[in-house]
Amino acid sequence: MTSVTLNGEQRLLPDGSTLEAAVRESGAEAGRGVAVAVDGEVIPRAQWELPLRDGQQIEVLRAVQGG
Amino acid sequence: MADVAIEIAGRSFESRLILGTGGFRNLETMAEAARASGAELATVAMRRVDPTARGSIVEVLEDVGCSVLPNTAGCFTAHEAVTTARLAREALETDWVKLEVIGDDRTLLPEPAELLEAAETLVADGFTVLPYTSDDPILARRLEDLGCAAVMPLGSPIGSGMGINNLYNLRLIVERARVPVILDAGIGTASDAAIAMELGCDGVLLASSISRAEDPSAMARAMRLAVEAGRLAREAGRIPRRLYAEASSPTEGVPELS
Repeated sequence: MTSVTLNGEQRLLPDGSTLEAAVRESGAEAGRGVAVAVDGEVIPRAQWELPLRDGQQIEVLRAVQGG
Repeated sequence: MADVAIEIAGRSFESRLILGTGGFRNLETMAEAARASGAELATVAMRRVDPTARGSIVEVLEDVGCSVLPNTAGCFTAHEAVTTARLAREALETDWVKLEVIGDDRTLLPEPAELLEAAETLVADGFTVLPYTSDDPILARRLEDLGCAAVMPLGSPIGSGMGINNLYNLRLIVERARVPVILDAGIGTASDAAIAMELGCDGVLLASSISRAEDPSAMARAMRLAVEAGRLAREAGRIPRRLYAEASSPTEGVPELS
């Protein structure tokens, strides 16, 4: 299993899981209106096929009320 | 009829009111108020996905004719703000950003050095940057010189409802700016918005004064009217303030009645 921090919580995902799997795991609906940062770097949607690595810090964000 | 449209970075808006969407009880109340305010631009924040949350704020805003303006609320450093803006661009497919870099939690006042650094980076990265700034004319000028599309000075701290604390500074900012000046933060009630517009601001951005009002939708309408009234009054040209009275009835032909 690969251990990552997903939106602040420790998660175990099967080895070989992609970033897209982590996005789904976060509860994001169909990926629309969602953006992802891994270890503080923005990862464009086109690169969500990349496999996860142990210890990565993943943030999955969407727009909410604010400002 | 005076010109009521505002142009920001080449985009024209009929409404000079930008709605902040923070503080509404729910998306329905927000949508109703957005409609009543006439706003065509509304801010959103970027936060972690909450799997239990219902509804999409972006879709609700689209339905009422508002474009989204993502903000960088909650960022304390230029690095955080730049990353948040890039995430918003990725998620929302807009390169517009309301840039906020905050100095501390208690006042939520802007952190000037980090704000300038973030503005410079984002302008270079192709963003249309609308910075929330303090009411410091020099800082506003620096932001404009860096290529920001507007400057958005505060009237008073976010959510404080104190109105405009430094009319003089705001006048200096308005007088000199070549980009739109949007009063952002501090508005408590309709007269505050009208004063900002009378002073020559090109628009106002407000959230709490509407979203936390007892009747948000009614307050949204009040703000819409106040912004229009203030703008019209500005363009109409007010009379000068005088120390003494100036009679409005004729002084000739007054009968002797003693």
